[in-house]
Amino acid sequence: MSNNVLAFAESRGGDLRRAGLEAVAAARVIADARGGAVHAILFGASGIAAHAARLGAHGADAVIVVEHAAFAQNNPEAVAATIAARMSAFGAFVCAASATGKDIAPRVAAKLQVPVASDATAMTVSASSVTVTHPGYTGKILQTLTLTATPAVLSVRPGAFLPKEVAKAGTVEQATAAADPAASRVKVTETAAGNAAKLDLGEAPVIISGGRGLKEAANFKLVEDLAAAFGNAAVGATRAVTDDGWRPHSDQIGQTGRLVSPDLYVACGISGAIQHLAGMRTSKTIVAINKDKEAPIFKIADYGVVGDVLEILPVLTAEVRKAKAQ
Amino acid sequence: MDVRFKIAPSGKAVDETGLKFDISDFDGYAVEAALQIKEKLNAGEVVVISLGPDVVQEILRKAMSMGADRAVQLKADAVPADSFAIASALAAELKDGGYDLIMFGRMSIDTAHGATGAMTAELLGLPVVNAISKLEFDGRTAKMRRELEGAYELVECALPAVVTIDEGIARPRYPSLKGIMAAKKKPLDSKPAQLPASRLTLDALALPPERAAGRIIGEGSAVVPELVRLLKEEAKVL
Repeated sequence: MSNNVLAFAESRGGDLRRAGLEAVAAARVIADARGGAVHAILFGASGIAAHAARLGAHGADAVIVVEHAAFAQNNPEAVAATIAARMSAFGAFVCAASATGKDIAPRVAAKLQVPVASDATAMTVSASSVTVTHPGYTGKILQTLTLTATPAVLSVRPGAFLPKEVAKAGTVEQATAAADPAASRVKVTETAAGNAAKLDLGEAPVIISGGRGLKEAANFKLVEDLAAAFGNAAVGATRAVTDDGWRPHSDQIGQTGRLVSPDLYVACGISGAIQHLAGMRTSKTIVAINKDKEAPIFKIADYGVVGDVLEILPVLTAEVRKAKAQ
Repeated sequence: MDVRFKIAPSGKAVDETGLKFDISDFDGYAVEAALQIKEKLNAGEVVVISLGPDVVQEILRKAMSMGADRAVQLKADAVPADSFAIASALAAELKDGGYDLIMFGRMSIDTAHGATGAMTAELLGLPVVNAISKLEFDGRTAKMRRELEGAYELVECALPAVVTIDEGIARPRYPSLKGIMAAKKKPLDSKPAQLPASRLTLDALALPPERAAGRIIGEGSAVVPELVRLLKEEAKVL
């Protein structure tokens, strides 16, 4: 078995994503334990090779660049086929458990007839196996799972393996896809970026989240204002709110939405149903503002404020602005 | 009240005492979406399939009480942790075709790997679109939307195909009394699952560390300056 590890250097719209650097960081853990090398594979339209140096500077010993016009959009069929075709030279494949990574990993694993371990938050490596910590039951149970098949295929939870700069450059190899990307049966006809200035819920260090206590969709302006005052915050919502169409489904935090663990989570007018808590209970610091002092959210809030969220939010926004200005 | 699971004495299973099993959230959306397609086309058949011990029969009956026409149980003593083993058993059952669309939830709530749908598709040689939040048809072409972090993509694929369902498509209906009565007479075919050996082994389970008990620091907007001070000096997040 090869001691080398292949990492998926995720890109979107011609840019390398942080998820790609995290996959390299996680691959480094396996390769270092086995004395192997990390190769990163980067797909994109012509010009994506410009990002190869950044992968090298974050721990990839070699970068495989696969350029094709049809890789301007996600093309999971051709990407998975190309990765699978190269895996005889690797003992493990690692990607981030992002929307794209979670789409790729099971395809690669099935082509190689091996299992996949998803969403690893930690791992230990032996010569012949990889053992991961995998949060199940919406994070209420931590499973220790061992992949005994070769190659080991796994995705790592965003934020669990942090990119590290190294004083080294990786070699770069241009390669072609193992399957014609223009012939994929699944076609992405359009990728619509959300608001480019908007921080993603998975990456924002601060999340300001709103629930039914805001009373109507228009009052989410108060949540957005507080997020703007922090400057490094994303806006989230409860399922009740996304079901009512106040916010898009992609903003939902909870059991069936995003699972987040920011440094600071501010729950505004959220009672704290267990399905919501499942998505945010691992946040480092939790602030809750709710008029009902018996609301379950207060049982897990580090700082609870009882009161009308519509009255408190503007005051908090002003105070945060003041603190940030100092 | 927040629910905390208990771990069985073996250390490798959840203590199921007092737990009630239900359809996993995303699988419930998939069943609902399938029923809506059938109702819209006023044609076709919705078949539900589940792998596991006899407790899954309850779930299959629930899907039939919602409106599914018939059910298949691939019987296994336990559900393996290895999605590839599950996908292999499903693919063995589904290899002879007879469907236009195979729908999965994007992940289960318990094992939560989100891999079975895509793996089954690969084993069957079918195209797959994962984690879709919208689904429409233009003749035999499925038109879908997939949510990415801070973006979305529009995707097309010809049938037959496999899709896995995310939030946004459909909330499952509640079974009617009539539906519950009708489900008792609908066919449920139980047969052994052709499961290969699992190569993803479950070594141990643990409960995550508990959060410190919550603290209410005060009432009304007068407490805001104190909150900001705590965020700055104690939590150091400002």
